[in-house]
Amino acid sequence: MVEHRRLGNLLPHLALLAGVAIVAFPVYMAVIASTHDNSVIANGQMPLYPGSNALETYWHTIVSGTGKTTRQPVGSMMLNSLIMALGIAAGKIAISIISAYAIVFFAFPFRMTAFWTIFLTLMLPVEVRIYPTYKITSDLHMLDSYSGLILPLIASATATLLFRQFFMTVPKELVEASKIDGAGPVRFFWDTLLPLSLTNIAALFVILFIYGWNQYLWPLLITTRDDMQTIVIGIKKIIDVHDALTEWSVAMATAVLAMLPPVAVVVLMQRLFVKGLIETEK
Amino acid sequence: MENRAIFSGKLLPYLLVLPQFAISLIFFYWPAVQALQQSFLVQDAFGLSTEFVWFENYANLLGTPGYYQAVGVTFVFSALVVFFSLTIGLLLAVMANRNINGVQIYRTFLIIPYAVAPAVASVLFIFMFQPGLGMIARAMQRSGIDWNPVLNGTHAMILVVIVAVWNQISYNFLFFLAGLQAIPKSVIEAAAIDGARPMRRFWTIIFPLLSPTTFFLIVVNITYVFFNTLGIIDTATGGGPSGATQTLVYKVFQDGKAGADLGGSAAQSVILMIIVVALTTFQFRYVEKKVHY
Repeated sequence: MVEHRRLGNLLPHLALLAGVAIVAFPVYMAVIASTHDNSVIANGQMPLYPGSNALETYWHTIVSGTGKTTRQPVGSMMLNSLIMALGIAAGKIAISIISAYAIVFFAFPFRMTAFWTIFLTLMLPVEVRIYPTYKITSDLHMLDSYSGLILPLIASATATLLFRQFFMTVPKELVEASKIDGAGPVRFFWDTLLPLSLTNIAALFVILFIYGWNQYLWPLLITTRDDMQTIVIGIKKIIDVHDALTEWSVAMATAVLAMLPPVAVVVLMQRLFVKGLIETEK
Repeated sequence: MENRAIFSGKLLPYLLVLPQFAISLIFFYWPAVQALQQSFLVQDAFGLSTEFVWFENYANLLGTPGYYQAVGVTFVFSALVVFFSLTIGLLLAVMANRNINGVQIYRTFLIIPYAVAPAVASVLFIFMFQPGLGMIARAMQRSGIDWNPVLNGTHAMILVVIVAVWNQISYNFLFFLAGLQAIPKSVIEAAAIDGARPMRRFWTIIFPLLSPTTFFLIVVNITYVFFNTLGIIDTATGGGPSGATQTLVYKVFQDGKAGADLGGSAAQSVILMIIVVALTTFQFRYVEKKVHY
C-alpha cells in the first residue's frame, strides 16, 4: 500500500494462512472422517489422510440406511432442504419485489401503513414467537408440509427494503418514456423494471438460498415425520444416539453433504454473494 | 419516496402488497399478539379456564434464579463471541487489505464458514472435541486437561463460543474488508509522509475511521449470538450441563417444549421482543448516522 517491503509481506501471508487453517481444518476433518471406517474413528486413531471407505459410507448415507439404524436416507433429506431453500428464496424475492413495486411506484391510501407493517417484521424473528407461530401453522394444517416449511418464513423486510432502495434510483424519465409508449404498470414491471433488477435478484437469491438451506429452529419444530426432515435437522438425530453408538463416519458424511450446496453457492458465486451480503445489511 | 412518476391504479397496488402483508399478519403479528396476550394470563392445570393476572407471570419469571442464570450466560456468551469474532475478523481483514498476491484465494477460504449452518458447524466441532475420540480432545487429555464439556460447564461454554466465533468470522472479515477499502488511500499516505509507522497509523487513523463498521458489526453480532446460535447450543450442549450454556432464547425454546408454563414462556418471549426492538432501533439509528458520516 504505502511502503513496499519484501519482508513486510511475510506477516500478512502468515496471518492469512493461519486464518485459512483455522477455517478449513474442521471442514477437512469432516471430509477425512467420512472416508474412514467407524471403528477407526471410534478408537481415536483416525489418521489425517483419507481412508478407503468413502464410497461405501456415502452410499449408505445418501441412499440406504445402515444396518444399525432405520433412519431416513440423507438423499431425501437433501431433497427436502433443496425444496425448502429454493421455495424460501424464490418466495421472499417474489413477494418482496411486488410489494416494493407497489410502495415505490403507486400512490394509494395506506401506502405507509403497508410499508411499516412490512418493515416492523424485522423486529419479530421466529425465535421470539416460537410457539404461537407453531400453533397457527398447526391450526392451518401445515405441519409436516412444504408449505409449512416455506410460507411462514417468506415475509421479508430486508428484501423489500433492498428493492425499494433500488427502485428509487430508477430515473423517473424511464417511467415516463414507458407511459408514452403506452405501457401500463404491469408491462413496465415485466419489460423494464424486472430486467433492470436481475443482478439484485441474483445477489439476493444467493443470500436467501443459504438462509433457507441453513434453517434450524423452524423445521425442527414443525416436522415430525421422518420423510419431511431437512438435512440440518437430520444430522442432529444421527449424533443424538447414545455416544458409543454414534456412527461418526455417517454423521460426518452427512455434515459434508449438508455443507456442500451452500458452500458451493458461496464459492462459485462469490461476487454476487459479497454484493448480496453487503447490500442487504445497509 | 415522494417525487416519483407514479402509476394510477385502484386495485393493483393492494394486490401487489397483499401476499407480503398477509404473511406478515398471519405468521408475524398474530403470534406476537398472542404471546403478549398469553403473558398476562394463567391457565389452570387442565387448560379449562384462564385468568387475567396482570404482571404475575413476569414477576414469577423475574423471581426465579434460573432466569438470571440465563441472562448471565447470554451476557458472557455474547461478550466472548463478539470480542473474539470481531478481533479475528478485523485482523484478517487488515492483512487481506495489503497489496499481496493470492488475496482472492485467501478470501475464498475465509468466507466458507458463513455458508455452514450453525448446527452443522457445531457437529464439526463436536467431532474434534469429543472426549475419547476427537483429535483436539485427545490432545488436551494427553497434556493433562480433563476436557469434558458434558460435565464441565466452563468447557461447554468454551465449546459453543469456539463454534459461534468460527461461524461468524467470515461475516466480520467481509464487512471489515469493505470498510477498510472505503478508507481513502490519501489519508493513510499523508500519515505515512508525516512519519507514522503502520501500527500507529492503524490505531490513530484506520481504527477510528472504521468505527461505524465496528459499531454496526457489534450490533449484528449480538443479534447473531442471541438468535442464530440456537442450533449450535441445541446440537452441542442442549443448554447444559445444568444450564451452563442455556441462553435466553434457548430457555424459551426449552421451557416451551416442556409445555408446562404457557404464561411464563410467553412472558419470556415478550422480554426477548423488547430486546430485539431495542437492538434493531439502535442499528437503524446508527445506519442513518452512517449516511451523513
